[in-house]
Amino acid sequence: MKVSLTVNGARRTVDDAGESETLLQVLRDHLGLTGTKNACEQGECGSCTVYLDGTLVCSCLVLAGQADGAEVTTVEGLSAAGAAAVQEAFVEAGAVQCGFCTPGLVMAAHDLLAHNPDPGDDDIREALAGNLCRCTGYQKIVDAVHRAASPTTTP
Amino acid sequence: MMRLPPFARLAPRTLAEAVEMLADQGPGAAVVAGGTDLYPNMKRRQVEHHALVDLRAVEGMRGIREEPGGGISIGATTRLSHLAGSSAVPRALAHAASVIASPQIRNMGTVGGNLCLDTRCSWYNEPEDWRTAVGFCLKAAGDVCRVAPAKSHCWAVASSDLPPVAIALGASVRAVGPGGERTFPVADLYRDDGIDHLALLPGEIVAELLVPPVDGLRVTYRKIRRRGSIDFPELGVAASVRLAPEGICEAATIVLGSVASAPVRCREAEDLLAGRPLTPEVIEEAAAAAAHPAKPQDNTDLSHVYRKWVIPIHVSRALQSLS
Repeated sequence: MKVSLTVNGARRTVDDAGESETLLQVLRDHLGLTGTKNACEQGECGSCTVYLDGTLVCSCLVLAGQADGAEVTTVEGLSAAGAAAVQEAFVEAGAVQCGFCTPGLVMAAHDLLAHNPDPGDDDIREALAGNLCRCTGYQKIVDAVHRAASPTTTP
Repeated sequence: MMRLPPFARLAPRTLAEAVEMLADQGPGAAVVAGGTDLYPNMKRRQVEHHALVDLRAVEGMRGIREEPGGGISIGATTRLSHLAGSSAVPRALAHAASVIASPQIRNMGTVGGNLCLDTRCSWYNEPEDWRTAVGFCLKAAGDVCRVAPAKSHCWAVASSDLPPVAIALGASVRAVGPGGERTFPVADLYRDDGIDHLALLPGEIVAELLVPPVDGLRVTYRKIRRRGSIDFPELGVAASVRLAPEGICEAATIVLGSVASAPVRCREAEDLLAGRPLTPEVIEEAAAAAAHPAKPQDNTDLSHVYRKWVIPIHVSRALQSLS
């Protein structure tokens, strides 16, 4: 099956996607974009989070055929979409241990801040509820989102 | 790796086309919209479908509209996040949508999908190798219910958040199938059977949820779960009351979710409220009676003893919030 989509602003075509393959497989296995992580494959962990036509989704639950003609932004394209501050805040706050969940968390944090520039702790925890981190206690991740929201005022 | 098995994906543009495709594919085909529950279930090999009719691109099935005669129509492929953020729908319904799963899942999952959500059970929602080792169950490939082996009945749990509050609002479902379309109360969409839990006719597709004008009805929904987010409900309590000016309850509806294979109406409790004021004593009496029809089994996250025990507490809190 042929799938044509725009990924991070560039037109991409995959000629041999399987009908029951997912967008996650298209991104990682066909296009080599391995920033989007493959973990639970059932929508629970958020490590495969991408934007599909501007909406935050789990790419493991989107069929390749459903992504045909769509515009996809992955973590690789997020800096161009204005998320550098989020990524820098994660580094500065030390919100990374093994790093596997980080791309998905950065995507979710970026989406939160796009809708709510000054979120409280509860807003942050709800916005990140679909992203599991198995290393940390989430506190530094919450700190990073606060830092990204107001980089000059957060210590 | 949890990969989808092979299947054919059909993408109709109209509802009539979808109905035709589903009929053509015969038994074993299914409809899909968000896929947030169906795809994981297929990946775990709980269900098999040789074909899926994808409703996403069906025109006119998505969105929230005010009906000419009052009330609201919510298209079946409307995303849960859209419903959660809508000020056009009753607040309790938007709240129920807002506490489903996670932001990503709400962005994909749909109203029709939540209404038709497969029942869940701790013996069923497991990977295939786990079920191979432990033993299959009635609902999938086995010949015995692991929860209650003495009976040949499946006790898988209706675990969706929208149906209880939709019933408390007096909402209806419009379904379209090969034999035409019909509109019926949301409660009639369900059968108390964990396997065959939807009372849809063969080939029928849920097209929209119709919510009548609220017109002074007070409605609330409470969701009980282990964590403050992402989990399925361990108990859902929806309640609505219509109060006369002097505070007398004219009519009440109390619906429990996650205690059976279908939403459970608490008729005895409703009757205890009718014609009486919502005083603390009346509320306690009704709340105690609300637990009577619920027989939760030991097949979800929290224990069935706990889930039964907390019913009066949460029914009482729901009613207090409406008084």
